Amino acid sequence: MKNKEIKIILIGALIVGGIVSLFASSFPDGLEKVAEDRGFIDKGFSIISGMMPDYLFPGIENEMLATSLAGIWGTLLVFVVIFIVGKLLIKRYVLDDSGKSEKK
Amino acid sequence: MHIPDGFLNNKVSVSLIGAAIAVVVLSVKKIRQRLFERVPVAKKKLAVAEGIDINDVEVSFKYSLTKIGENKIYKMAVIGAFVFAAQMVNFPVIGGTSGHLLGGVLAAVILGPLEGFLVIAIVLALQSLFFGDGGIMALGANIINIGLVGAIGGYYIYYFFNKKFKKKLLSAFLAAWISVILASVVCAMELVLSGTYSFGEILRAMILIHFFIGIGEGLITVCILKLLLRYCPKILKNEK
Repeated sequence: MKNKEIKIILIGALIVGGIVSLFASSFPDGLEKVAEDRGFIDKGFSIISGMMPDYLFPGIENEMLATSLAGIWGTLLVFVVIFIVGKLLIKRYVLDDSGKSEKK
Repeated sequence: MHIPDGFLNNKVSVSLIGAAIAVVVLSVKKIRQRLFERVPVAKKKLAVAEGIDINDVEVSFKYSLTKIGENKIYKMAVIGAFVFAAQMVNFPVIGGTSGHLLGGVLAAVILGPLEGFLVIAIVLALQSLFFGDGGIMALGANIINIGLVGAIGGYYIYYFFNKKFKKKLLSAFLAAWISVILASVVCAMELVLSGTYSFGEILRAMILIHFFIGIGEGLITVCILKLLLRYCPKILKNEK
């Protein structure tokens, strides 16, 4: 890891995703509420429900633990994916002096 | 404000996917350019018997990753991770409704508008793929609403206020607040274009609730910026 601050923020993010998320309100969010009130909430569905629908880690009975694990897993996933995307952005990117990019 | 599948019709979804891809490609291109600097490299030709004169050294340019560029990738990754985590924490607002941080202004103020946009777009894509949060067909719409309007739009609102008032935190608060309301307006328009509901009513309902959710967005954004100023001041440097 590059520097101290990155570590601090990553730890902060893991605490928010893994612990603070347990205290999240279960009320519908703004858009869901509007959709409920106007009667079109049932139109909504997910084509891909994903590995962890509703931010619950699969195969775990205890809902709090499942939420916490999903939060930690997701936080790390986002970190790693953006990191990889970033590395791909900078890899094999060499320009010759005419300014054209050339893959090596 | 993550739109699930089914709320938007195909025409609207597909156009917005196209729009989202266009903005992603453009921002990737720009970000990439900024991560590199042009360094002159001396290319030496093969030495010849008469020795080396000046014409034997030709200069070409190589683009190499700047120090800032390298750090930026770590920064983007960690801010993305944080935005994801913070989005899980719904806070109650009025009338049995909740809201959560969208994080556009937060990410854009720390990373710059295009980097903020890209980070938000990746977070939205992962939420949609792994957590069933926001539809895969609606991903374009969500990237436009939360990424383009929230992060890029939000950044320029921040920039405008900051120029006027010269107060970063106040500007970030106002920008975060306004960006959420704007995103909800755009979201309402997409719903109307999809024939989901009549314009006036849904627009009013969306603005009303996001007026309050936006205050939460503003407060959280400012709190986090304040914490960063105190404990991680380096991450807020070279903002652009």
